[in-house]
Amino acid sequence: MTRGFLSKNPSILIFLLVLSLFTLGVTFLSETYGIAFLSTSFIKTLGKTLCLCLAALAMDLIWGYAGILSLGHMAFFALGGYMIGMWLMYARTEEIVVAALANEPLPATAQEVVNGIAGQIFGVVGASELPPIWGFAHSLPLQLLMVVAVPGVLALIFGWLAFRSRVTGVYLSILTQAMTLALALYLFQNDSGLRGNNGLSGLQNIPGLSDVPQDQLSLWFFWVSAFALGVGYLLLSWVVSGKFGSVIRAIRDDEQRVRFLGYSVEGYKLFVFTITAIIAAIAGALYYPQAGIINPAELAPIASIYLAVWVAIGGRGRLYGAVIGAAFVSLLSSWFTGGRAPSINLGFYTINWVDWWLVLLGLAFVCVTLFAPKGIGGLFDLWQGLRAPDRKGAQLGPDDGSLQEQEALK
Amino acid sequence: MRACFFALIAALFLWLPQTGHAQTAADILQENRALIEKPSRQTIGPVIDALATSGDAQAATILAAWADKRLGIRKTDGAFFLIATTADGYALQNLDGSDAGTAPKAEISELKPNAGVRGLIATALVQFQLSDPDRARRVDALESIARDPTAEHLAPLRAAIDSEADPELKAQKQRLDRLLTLRFDTDRVARVAAIKSFSGDLGLDLRATLNPLVATRRVAAPTDATIADNVARSLSIGADLTEAEAYDLLVAANLAPARLTGDALKAALVANIVDGKVGTTPVADLDTAAAREATYNALEAAGTVPTAATDAEVTAAVAAHVFYEVFAEPDSEVTAAATSALKAIEFKVGAMQAADLALDAVSLASIYFLAAIGLAITFGVMRVINMAHGEFIMMGAYTGYVVQLFIPNYTASILIALPTAFAVTFAAGVAMERLVIRHLYKRPLETLLATFGISIALQQIAKNIFGTQARPLTSPAWLDGALTFNDVVSISYIRIAIFVLALVFLLFFLWLMKRTRLGLEVRAVTQNPTMAASMGINPDRINMLTFGLGSGIAGIAGVAIGLFAKVTSELGSDYIVQSFMTVVVGGVGNIWGTLAGALMIGTLQKGIEWLNPSNTLAAQTYMILFIILFIQFRPRGIIALKGRAAGD
Repeated sequence: MTRGFLSKNPSILIFLLVLSLFTLGVTFLSETYGIAFLSTSFIKTLGKTLCLCLAALAMDLIWGYAGILSLGHMAFFALGGYMIGMWLMYARTEEIVVAALANEPLPATAQEVVNGIAGQIFGVVGASELPPIWGFAHSLPLQLLMVVAVPGVLALIFGWLAFRSRVTGVYLSILTQAMTLALALYLFQNDSGLRGNNGLSGLQNIPGLSDVPQDQLSLWFFWVSAFALGVGYLLLSWVVSGKFGSVIRAIRDDEQRVRFLGYSVEGYKLFVFTITAIIAAIAGALYYPQAGIINPAELAPIASIYLAVWVAIGGRGRLYGAVIGAAFVSLLSSWFTGGRAPSINLGFYTINWVDWWLVLLGLAFVCVTLFAPKGIGGLFDLWQGLRAPDRKGAQLGPDDGSLQEQEALK
Repeated sequence: MRACFFALIAALFLWLPQTGHAQTAADILQENRALIEKPSRQTIGPVIDALATSGDAQAATILAAWADKRLGIRKTDGAFFLIATTADGYALQNLDGSDAGTAPKAEISELKPNAGVRGLIATALVQFQLSDPDRARRVDALESIARDPTAEHLAPLRAAIDSEADPELKAQKQRLDRLLTLRFDTDRVARVAAIKSFSGDLGLDLRATLNPLVATRRVAAPTDATIADNVARSLSIGADLTEAEAYDLLVAANLAPARLTGDALKAALVANIVDGKVGTTPVADLDTAAAREATYNALEAAGTVPTAATDAEVTAAVAAHVFYEVFAEPDSEVTAAATSALKAIEFKVGAMQAADLALDAVSLASIYFLAAIGLAITFGVMRVINMAHGEFIMMGAYTGYVVQLFIPNYTASILIALPTAFAVTFAAGVAMERLVIRHLYKRPLETLLATFGISIALQQIAKNIFGTQARPLTSPAWLDGALTFNDVVSISYIRIAIFVLALVFLLFFLWLMKRTRLGLEVRAVTQNPTMAASMGINPDRINMLTFGLGSGIAGIAGVAIGLFAKVTSELGSDYIVQSFMTVVVGGVGNIWGTLAGALMIGTLQKGIEWLNPSNTLAAQTYMILFIILFIQFRPRGIIALKGRAAGD
């Protein structure tokens, strides 16, 4: 008897239900459509958190399921942001420049408008010409295509090079980290064509929607983010629940064996790497209009490591774990670093959480890695009474059926 | 009145040469008092010359005092004094240096020569300074001439060579003489000879003197004009300069009318808007460049606006002229000699720069090697990836800083800081291995994450303790400065010290691994822990010690790096990716591989920086890209382990 996709995976329905209830709740509590309990900035934070959850989903697929610890997915995330940011900034500046030129006695030529935009955008880095990579920035559809294409192609090339030469494990992690660093350093240059360390700013002003107040806009973005997260979750659940999911889990647990069984391990890895890069880029394209500003510091290798931290704390190898981890840690982090957490007075020293939160996070992360490799998601197993079969020795992977210590010792 | 004045000047000119030598400096001053009181660059020359050639020993003092505004005239009798300002007036000295009491401010008028006159005086003083009995002042004079040479310096300098007793200074004077000769002498043969005499010399001063000789400027002339200048080369349009540049030259030389700029065109059109139309074109249609130009041409044809060069006219004008580069120096033999001398210098300097670059690369490589050697032990030998390695480096640097707080003597504090840093980071490493890493030996990816957690915690703790601003870690005085071979090749002593330290650690590591019991046990545990354990080796203890050792070396590297970099909580993370790259590129598990990796990365980074010196960020980007590509071809690094130990 074959059961349907959803009935085999009841967690999807539960997740989607919780997500829609959450969205409805936030809408009801918002300023625009509800009782104004939540501030606009908090709704923005929630919307951004949903985007981070989507990125964490991608990370979970590549790391939790395929076992590739990529330390470069936040680079794809930021690249997506840069791509959408180019259009936002171009179109917004165009509005301003056209309005300014309308006062001139002669109607502006197209070239004058472009020069004006270039001067406005690149004045800060001492340039006045639009670099070639801004060639598509005037058109939203083309630039949306770039959101997917640029990180996708980059991931495809990098992944092809890396997987082809059988770089695995920690080597691959270090290599992805190096890629992220290289990209960040490149973008830090003023002549990279993306405004150096000034980054792109003013992204919260959506061209053509300048009449819509920010509180309304933030809610719209919140809805879109929630929708994207829902679709992403559905898509990835479908991917991992089928045969494909079995193969990538098998690659995680024993790559050699899968290769000997005749599967093209490199092809699978490359596909997963690229698709997750694209998902991360889409998440980034939704995140940065809400954040309003993007600069190369967002690409720092540490950002990608945080992504891994979220997924690890939430629980690898289960999609809802990644979402829970990203939401939990990033919200907690903004609570602690926002100065709202009460300080603890020890008498001789006052623990100020703005200073000590990272220490707590680091140590908590070590503890999770050591004592609870399943993360927060493991609590659901306890609640459901699920236990791994008693197979002597500690598990090596997060999932049932992974290599056991005693087997690995052989 | 004017005529009188000129007659007086003329009389002076005639009279001075006859009487100059016979007079004392004081007499000359008295006789020319009127001129000295109101000197100007044009008229004062003979007086200064007279003073300088008078042969009077006081002349130098007087001239120096005059230039320093220390010469005054008593208003009552016009007597000259050397003056010094005191609280209520001036302290006076006679010109021969004897004391002459004091005078209130009102009685003395201070002589204030303007900059032009001071320049003349300074030039006249040069000969005195060049022959001054005090060696330091002769050196000063030489230096000031070398800094800002003029043609006037040539004669006094030559005159001062023979009387020079100090052989070192004499050589300097002769060298300076040749430099001035090749630049200012009027005799072509002497100049060329002076240039040739420098063959093989690489001095910056020589290059600074030769370069203005061969400096060129671009010139335009009609095709049929004869060229009188010393032509360096002729320029062809397209290859050497663009048509726009060529036309700009024509405009600058007033050989062609200015091109119509966009703004001028716009302004002309705006000025001619009548009833919403320019000429016959509605204003609303003027939204393309073509439409604007067409309208302007229509206006031009109607005579409403001045004619301006169109593209076709520009091309014609450019074709009607030749463009060439001319030397600023008119003498072609001199420029030819200077060019060939510079070429020879350039080649040598190029070779020297390559040597300097190689030194830089080696020193950078030794920094990377120091930073990576600890990793080579933990990652290379134990296969444990330690993301907190950078933080151990940072800890070592901060340990050095704290030690310096207590021990103010820099030499002693560095000598104490090195073992202290080792002890601190060794303890931290052992603690980390015991508490965290030993539980994760079978899960390398999770070791990476756990050590990363420790890394962010350590970094934040350092920030909380030491703040975010950079802390100084001062090197002892004997490490200041640089070992300079010549103007091009030099290396700072700190970098030499780091190189030596890296070498010491390489030898130490080799000795430890190959010659000691511990090394033997480490290698045994690395190859097969179970078998090693059955031979009576305690793998737990060995792992702990190895990890502590790797961490301890990171601490020492931290002290070394802190000496030249800023000590901040981010110190370690700046080096961690490069350190990993060094180990991975070199080949895991082999110290020679780490060395090769460090050398390769150091050379590569310096090489790329040399190709694009303005942009170190780009250099790092390209280096990382290169490494990613390199891993494609040698996934196991430069020196790969063979056989089963290679893993997988």
